[in-house]
Amino acid sequence: MSAETVARVRNDEWKASLTSERAVVRWALIVAALGYLTLFLFIPLAAVFTEALKNGVESYFASFADPDALAAIRLTFIAASLAVPLNLMFGIAAAWAIAKFEFVGKQILITLIDIPLAVSPVISGLIYVLLFGAQGWVGPWLAEHDIKIIFALPGIVLATTFVTVPFIARELIPLMQSQGREEEEAALTLGASGWQTFTRVTLPNIKWSLLYGVILCNARAMGEFGAVSVVSGHIRGLTNTLPLHVEILYNEYNAVGAFAVASLLTLLAIVTLIAKTMIERKTASSRTAHDPVWSAQPGSPS
Amino acid sequence: MRPLALVLKQPSVLPGFGLTLGFALFYFSLIVLIPLSGLVVKTTTLTWEQFWHTVTEPRALASYQLTFGASFLGALINGFFGSVVAWVLVRYRFPGRSIVDALVDLPFALPTAVAGITLTAIYSSNGWIGHYLEPLGIQVAFTPLGVLVALTFIGLPFVVRTVQPVLQDLDMEVEEAATTLGANRWQTFRAVIVPELWPALLTGMAMAFARSVGEYGSVIFIAGNMPLKSEITPLLIMTKLEQYDYAGATALGVVMLVVSFILALMINLIQWWSSRRHTAR
Amino acid sequence: MSIQVDHVTKRFGSFTVLNDVSLHAQAGELIALLGPSGCGKTTLLRILAGLERPDQGRILLHGIEVTDQRITDRRVGFVFQHYALFRHMTVTENVAFGLSVLPQAQRPSPDKIQKKVDELLSLVQMRAMADRYPNQLSGGQRQRVALARALAVEPKLLLLDEPFGALDAKVRKELRRWLRRLHDELHITSILVTHDQEEALEAADRIVVLNQGHIEQTGTPEEVYENPATPFVYQFLGDVNVFHGRMSQDRPAHEEASRQEPDASGEHEVTFVRPHDLELSLSRTTPTQLEATVRFVITAGSRVRLELVSKDSPQIISVELTKDRYRELKLQQDDVVFVHPKQLHVFKMPCP
Repeated sequence: MSAETVARVRNDEWKASLTSERAVVRWALIVAALGYLTLFLFIPLAAVFTEALKNGVESYFASFADPDALAAIRLTFIAASLAVPLNLMFGIAAAWAIAKFEFVGKQILITLIDIPLAVSPVISGLIYVLLFGAQGWVGPWLAEHDIKIIFALPGIVLATTFVTVPFIARELIPLMQSQGREEEEAALTLGASGWQTFTRVTLPNIKWSLLYGVILCNARAMGEFGAVSVVSGHIRGLTNTLPLHVEILYNEYNAVGAFAVASLLTLLAIVTLIAKTMIERKTASSRTAHDPVWSAQPGSPS
Repeated sequence: MRPLALVLKQPSVLPGFGLTLGFALFYFSLIVLIPLSGLVVKTTTLTWEQFWHTVTEPRALASYQLTFGASFLGALINGFFGSVVAWVLVRYRFPGRSIVDALVDLPFALPTAVAGITLTAIYSSNGWIGHYLEPLGIQVAFTPLGVLVALTFIGLPFVVRTVQPVLQDLDMEVEEAATTLGANRWQTFRAVIVPELWPALLTGMAMAFARSVGEYGSVIFIAGNMPLKSEITPLLIMTKLEQYDYAGATALGVVMLVVSFILALMINLIQWWSSRRHTAR
Repeated sequence: MSIQVDHVTKRFGSFTVLNDVSLHAQAGELIALLGPSGCGKTTLLRILAGLERPDQGRILLHGIEVTDQRITDRRVGFVFQHYALFRHMTVTENVAFGLSVLPQAQRPSPDKIQKKVDELLSLVQMRAMADRYPNQLSGGQRQRVALARALAVEPKLLLLDEPFGALDAKVRKELRRWLRRLHDELHITSILVTHDQEEALEAADRIVVLNQGHIEQTGTPEEVYENPATPFVYQFLGDVNVFHGRMSQDRPAHEEASRQEPDASGEHEVTFVRPHDLELSLSRTTPTQLEATVRFVITAGSRVRLELVSKDSPQIISVELTKDRYRELKLQQDDVVFVHPKQLHVFKMPCP
């Protein structure tokens, strides 16, 4: 190293030492953090797969060939494919109203949307049982007309939808609020219709957060346990979703089978995390570049 | 949608207000508000004695103690370690940092049942960690301690994710200023950094607490589920439902709902208070 | 396209932003709406664009009432202060947007659109950046793209909302001259909102000075600067010295000030003098001069600025001299000088 480089490195180190801890403290913190994470994150994550593969790869794949498992997979997919699009429409509608307009009670609406997140999953299922169950409000009327909601697919879809209502809205609202109305106003001055403005100006600006919201909503929908457990009746082959199937297998001491199915859900969770990381990178890079929304100060350098 | 226009503070050029707000309110009422109010209305069919008796019977009280106690402890543990993790992720560089950062959200994305069976497997007496603890006389699975472990897992992301952004936005210059004025690292930390972190930390802990209180799937496998000893409140509600004791389930459900609302309110207050502190500057 | 604003009033809640404002612009004019923040100029502009509706009054474009006309029908070009470029579209796509959303029947072919875009980009000197995205451009470049975008739909009226407000001083100056030249070429009726009086004085055919929701004065830059109608206009369009009492070319001002009584209507007279309209001499030549001491001298810059303290009152007097005159006088701190106005304006103002 030349004398110049040595001097520069020393200067950097000296500057860094002004606002950083002694090496001992730093290493202690890193060890504590990683230890905590190992205990509560890495070990459980590894355990899912090791337990699933305990009896070998063949046994692992055999768990999915089981007709009850296949029925559970189908049911999970159906519930999610109904819940997610419905919540998508809600999320977009709510975010548009909240981000682009000023109205009375806006803050209340924003707070209300978080309710399903605050409510215990068991309660989320309970309320539908109270409404549609045999002794519920609408129960007798439903029995008369031979419509089954509780202990059948509709109930599962309802409970899944309830629990995942906020996810897409929560991804979109802060983003659209920070993007403001100016681009939409500009589109209108240029003659675009409302629909053209939404599809060509708004949607492209929110596409990544929208995508992540859908992925997250889907993962939570497929993984929902407590609420679905209450409304499903646990009828094998009929009203069991994947998480419920995991529970059944586990209670029958078929640990390997349970973990095999669990590993599927875990992979879904990992895909969700990867999607989140990638999307965060995309939105961060477009934010740090020169964007007037973030550096709008009179007289700032052009 | 004319009536909805009355709610608008300023007539707006952008189209779609009536349509979007109308649909959003309709959908939300149908799926969320009406069923929830159904719960509250159902409670009114109980007499006050019935209600009080159900929510204060010994089994219920024991479940509150376990649920709230374990949630509180879990939130404290996460408060401390979560802050450490956030600090390490923001301030230090080490190989694999971005992977670790992404994994922090795992408890949030992972289905609760999967978490439940996995934690049980690890901590039962022949599990990875369990078989080390057993000779020491520490039993985790099927005890209240197991409940604590599960709730700590569940709450892990909340503190980290609320503290992280605050740490990232901290102005290095303020710390440099403190150092130039003669403060050592610990003093700088206490005087400059901690006050900024407080509100985020409180918010994160409150959110972890709120989530833990209602948690079901990750807990019921590892808890012993024994009434009066290791039974959490959501399980008690579930049990009552299975026994067709709708009244009992409803009563307890209302208690949990009220607690959820109070917690959500507290979290909003903390966030409002912290934003006031900042704008007052 | 001529513009007529007829007794427009606009309120936001209990706050009246525009109070019975009327003005007229001829076709092809470049008019500046000048005023401090909150005076209502941006609101008026947005009403003209159709982004807001007036509570009272009418807007007529080329004689036709458009007050209730939807914004998409108005064919008005609007340039936003923070550009509002479509962040996910390239420069070309941004400029082409207005043409691409025309109804099928009116929409030009893709080739025609591309040609038009190329023309406009050449006009604003952004041809080389056609494939860039907004976040790859500087503020000045973005503003030029925004202008091209607004011009693409061939508007009869161009509205610019503090278009250079977010740029630094040098770029601002360049762009305002460039805008003036562009206007001279295209002759589109344009209205420019600004709080920068230099900008208005340099670029506009006529200036409308607004304050707190009403018009203080309308006129050419010359008129507004040399013959301000109100104290507000005087003070807003340049630096000013304020002397209480009627100062005149032949009566000592300080004597008047101390004996000034408010007249029957509760007002008294106030004299306004621009710093460069004050003459200094080293010795008293007439009895009407004001005696003062030099406190600060700032020689950096194209002219020399002095700060004087009046002898008989704590009043600070700002004076601007040419460098030549300053060198003649050889003034230093603590020197005594005698001040005399070359030009002044007297207004009646309510007593403080």
